[in-house]
Amino acid sequence: MAAETAKVDPMHQFTIEPLLGANMDVAGFNIAFTNSALWMLITAVVLWIFMLGGMKRELVPGRWQMTVETFTGFIDDMLEANVGKEGRKYVPYIFSLFMFILFANLLGLLPLGIVGLHPFTFTSHFTVTGVLAIISFSIVLIVGFWKHGFHFFSLFVPHGTPLPMIPVIFPIELISFLVRPFSLGLRLFVAMMAGHVLLEVLSSFVIDGWNAGAGFGLLVGVPSFLLMIGICALEILVAAIQAYVFALLSSLYINDAENLH
Amino acid sequence: MPQIAQLAETYASQIFWLLVIFGFVYFVVGRGMVPKVMDTVGLRDKQISDDLAAAQSARDAADEAEEAWRKRENANREAAQALVTEAKGKAQASTESKLAEVQARIDAQLAEAEARIEESRAKAAAEIESVAAEAAQDITARLANVTVTDAEARSAVQKAMAHG
Repeated sequence: MAAETAKVDPMHQFTIEPLLGANMDVAGFNIAFTNSALWMLITAVVLWIFMLGGMKRELVPGRWQMTVETFTGFIDDMLEANVGKEGRKYVPYIFSLFMFILFANLLGLLPLGIVGLHPFTFTSHFTVTGVLAIISFSIVLIVGFWKHGFHFFSLFVPHGTPLPMIPVIFPIELISFLVRPFSLGLRLFVAMMAGHVLLEVLSSFVIDGWNAGAGFGLLVGVPSFLLMIGICALEILVAAIQAYVFALLSSLYINDAENLH
Repeated sequence: MPQIAQLAETYASQIFWLLVIFGFVYFVVGRGMVPKVMDTVGLRDKQISDDLAAAQSARDAADEAEEAWRKRENANREAAQALVTEAKGKAQASTESKLAEVQARIDAQLAEAEARIEESRAKAAAEIESVAAEAAQDITARLANVTVTDAEARSAVQKAMAHG
């Protein structure tokens, strides 16, 4: 038994376990309420509670209201800078995206393991990040074709391209455009998974080092633990940066759809 | 890697719950709460800029009032200066005219006095003449027993007086 628990599988933390309705099928698809879904729900509820602080609507804001207003102002400024005046109508979507990913990343990092709970970072699953990326990409496509019709294809021909170059440039631009949802989804998934794996591996070094004796504990366990502290800080930063990158790239792509080049 | 190993069994659940929950976030938080928060910020910004504009206009009004007050003050000072100058001029003129009047009166008195003196002297001279003539008449009558007429005596006196 002891030998079994000492062996740490760093990927185990990403396992999805059905919590409710393991056999809940709709039209042949299993939609069991899993630990992943639970943490999505927790993220949504925490975000909703956070936003309640911004609903006090006081003329002179308190700290909480000020924080909420800072976040909305941040997204508003980002869209205004990247898309312009028409960017404001995307504030609800980009804000939801940014805050949802940010809260999910941060909640996944909570050290709840010490009280026996296991936080689950659903942004480390490409099924989730992929869907979010596809939603962003769909908005780009819908807005682009809605506003510009077939003129939207001129996005793939940068200004000033010499006529003979168009047959070469067009496929390159088209492919780089089509790769966007993949890069968008994979970036977040890889960053979150790598960070969590790293923390898990380092923590297994700490545990296994001390299990192997005081010498290994001092030699391997202590430096690993110190490194972990640093990496934890880095992961908090990465959690915020990845959410920001996702929202920023989504708004840049929306800018392409709104304004072409 | 559970993300791939469990893909077939869990993708439907993942996508379903993500759409449900992210949908909730988008419609309740994104569409419901964010616009209200941004409205609050907008209202506050508007109030601040309105207050600033009001303060600016109040300051402009104050500047204007001060300018007007200064103009009025300058005008008043000028008017006072003019009044003083005018009064000074008037006083000078009245002094001059009074002096001239007094001078004229003094001149007239002087002339009158001179005339009176002249008259008195003439009268005195005439008296002396008549007294001298009578004396001459008397003297001649008594000494030479010659009766000299009044007219002769008088012309002789005149002759003697003219000779000095």
